[in-house]
Amino acid sequence: MTTQTSSIPTLNTKSAIQPLTYQQLVWRRFRHHRIAMWGGVGILLLFSFILVGSIFIPETKANEVDLRSRLKGPTLEHLMGTDSTGRDIFSRIIYGGQISLMVGVLAVGLSVTLGTLIGGIAAYFGGWVDIVLMRFTEAMLSIPSLFLLIVLGKFMGRDIQTINFLGRSFSGSVGIVIVVIGITSWMYLARIVRANVLSLKEMDYIASARALGASNSRIFFSHLIPNTLSAIIVSATLGLAGSILSEAYVSFLGLGVQPPTASWGNILTSAQSFIQRGSWWMWVFPSAFIIFTILCINLLGDGLRDAMDPRLSNKKG
Amino acid sequence: MWSYLFRRIIQALFTLLIITMLCWVLTRLSADPMSQYANKQGLTQADKDRIRHELGLDRTIPAEWVQWMPVSDLTKQKIIEASGWPIQYASWLGLALQGQLGYSFFSRQPVLGMIAQRLPLTLTLMAAAEFFTIIISVGLGIISAVKKYSWVDNLITSLSFVGFSMPIFFIALGLMLIFAVQFKAWGLPYLPTGADIWDPLNPYELARHLALPVACLVIIQTAGYARFIRSSLLEVLNLDYVRTARAKGLTERAVLFKHALRNAALPFVTIVGLDIPYLLGGALVTESVYAWPGMGRLFWEYAQRGDFPVVLGVLLLVSIAVVVFTIITDLVYTLVDPRIRLS
Repeated sequence: MTTQTSSIPTLNTKSAIQPLTYQQLVWRRFRHHRIAMWGGVGILLLFSFILVGSIFIPETKANEVDLRSRLKGPTLEHLMGTDSTGRDIFSRIIYGGQISLMVGVLAVGLSVTLGTLIGGIAAYFGGWVDIVLMRFTEAMLSIPSLFLLIVLGKFMGRDIQTINFLGRSFSGSVGIVIVVIGITSWMYLARIVRANVLSLKEMDYIASARALGASNSRIFFSHLIPNTLSAIIVSATLGLAGSILSEAYVSFLGLGVQPPTASWGNILTSAQSFIQRGSWWMWVFPSAFIIFTILCINLLGDGLRDAMDPRLSNKKG
Repeated sequence: MWSYLFRRIIQALFTLLIITMLCWVLTRLSADPMSQYANKQGLTQADKDRIRHELGLDRTIPAEWVQWMPVSDLTKQKIIEASGWPIQYASWLGLALQGQLGYSFFSRQPVLGMIAQRLPLTLTLMAAAEFFTIIISVGLGIISAVKKYSWVDNLITSLSFVGFSMPIFFIALGLMLIFAVQFKAWGLPYLPTGADIWDPLNPYELARHLALPVACLVIIQTAGYARFIRSSLLEVLNLDYVRTARAKGLTERAVLFKHALRNAALPFVTIVGLDIPYLLGGALVTESVYAWPGMGRLFWEYAQRGDFPVVLGVLLLVSIAVVVFTIITDLVYTLVDPRIRLS
């Protein structure tokens, strides 16, 4: 992109206006979106808290059961108190955060892949392919997503193994949650991509690509998808918030990430039974982290949407 | 109009067929009803076979049909074994079309009856929540649109953004902690947590038990709706006809309520209409936190037990409601907004 702009002959005066590339335009619009910038800063802070925290606090501390100090409120030793088996909530939030964010990012990756492929293929091939795929999308959308999550979580959560990844061992439920969230959240993106590809494929540059002998997959992946990328990025960002929330919901209901592996959702599961005894710290701290994360991502996503694709502004994804 | 409606209904039927398949396959995969007998003492293989037969889990293509097929004996055997699922799906669909959703494995009661029993309480909760949500969110939306960029608007907008980012169980547990647990501890009049036994026919008891779950649903929904009302009202207030109305010398109140709000409310009708069927399924999390005996909780309780007729029944009913309400909302929208033509 930059090579293109520099090759355009410009006047040799300093006041000459350089045409802005798309990226520069986006960045300029995004920078002026103050709240979105704060959202971005918030996410960076959160990431560094979780990473730095895991350097200072070993994972064994997060899973260490100490029945003598169970259900203790916040003290200097346990900054955010302890849960019903005496595990330190502060360290569980750090390690649970890693899991929650990882689940969110990977689930969005899966749902973006599915959504782009399904929406793109439906629009590109049209006809029966389009009809069947879109009715399928509609059917998936008609079943309330939490119900779908529960049924799928129940189905896939029958035999859970422990997996080893990056030198840590997780409950296999982490992988299951990622897949379950991924395959229940691609529908909106599929519709957006379909609408975009439908209009793009009628354009002249596609006809000329075809005249040059480009194959279907080349037209699809190198010409159609890159041109709908801004919609995909925006919906992936907002989808990240949705995935993290979904993880919290299924784990809260006990179908998601299984203990001892911590996640923000499953710290709250036990809060439900002990809140009637007034254990407020089990509820406040993990929720605060969830809300802060979702808020920052939503702010960032809104800003990105306004910056990348102002036409989309008033729609809710 | 009629041809549009006809086409929509054909499409919807096709979607519904896919929905039934999806629901059936998913619930059948997720719940093996026999698993609850796996470790039962004193249950012989013959008993298990009898239970399988009673539950219809052994239904396959009759062997005599397969005998006619021009394939090897081994393939015939495989067809009989594999045919279980399509046959079971078809027979379930056939019964479901006649309104028979089968019997719960666990309680041995007809699924339809169980749903009918829970439905009134879910509808009560939802109607109350929707009523307060609409009043409060329209009110807040108007205030923040009229006082655009003032501190009130900023406060409402940021609060609704925060509310929008909250998981509902955070609010549910929070309200429970404050109004049920702490108020009781402080000796103030407190609200029940839902863990007690109460009579839903007693209006006072009903109101006391409704208060917290309704508040929790209202908070979550208002956050989204208020933002929506604000932006659609702002859009309308910039239109020429509103300027004309002001230029005629109408009071600001008349401009707002008689002219602007009517048009701003149009897209809101769609949003509410599309949300209603999801409410039928109940607020699963809210209902389970407050032990509200509605549809969401029915689904959740029986999903945990792997009782697939109940799970399937609830899923099917809610999904049908979603499809039907989508069409109704579309039609209502064209009736209230003459600018839109169906084609």
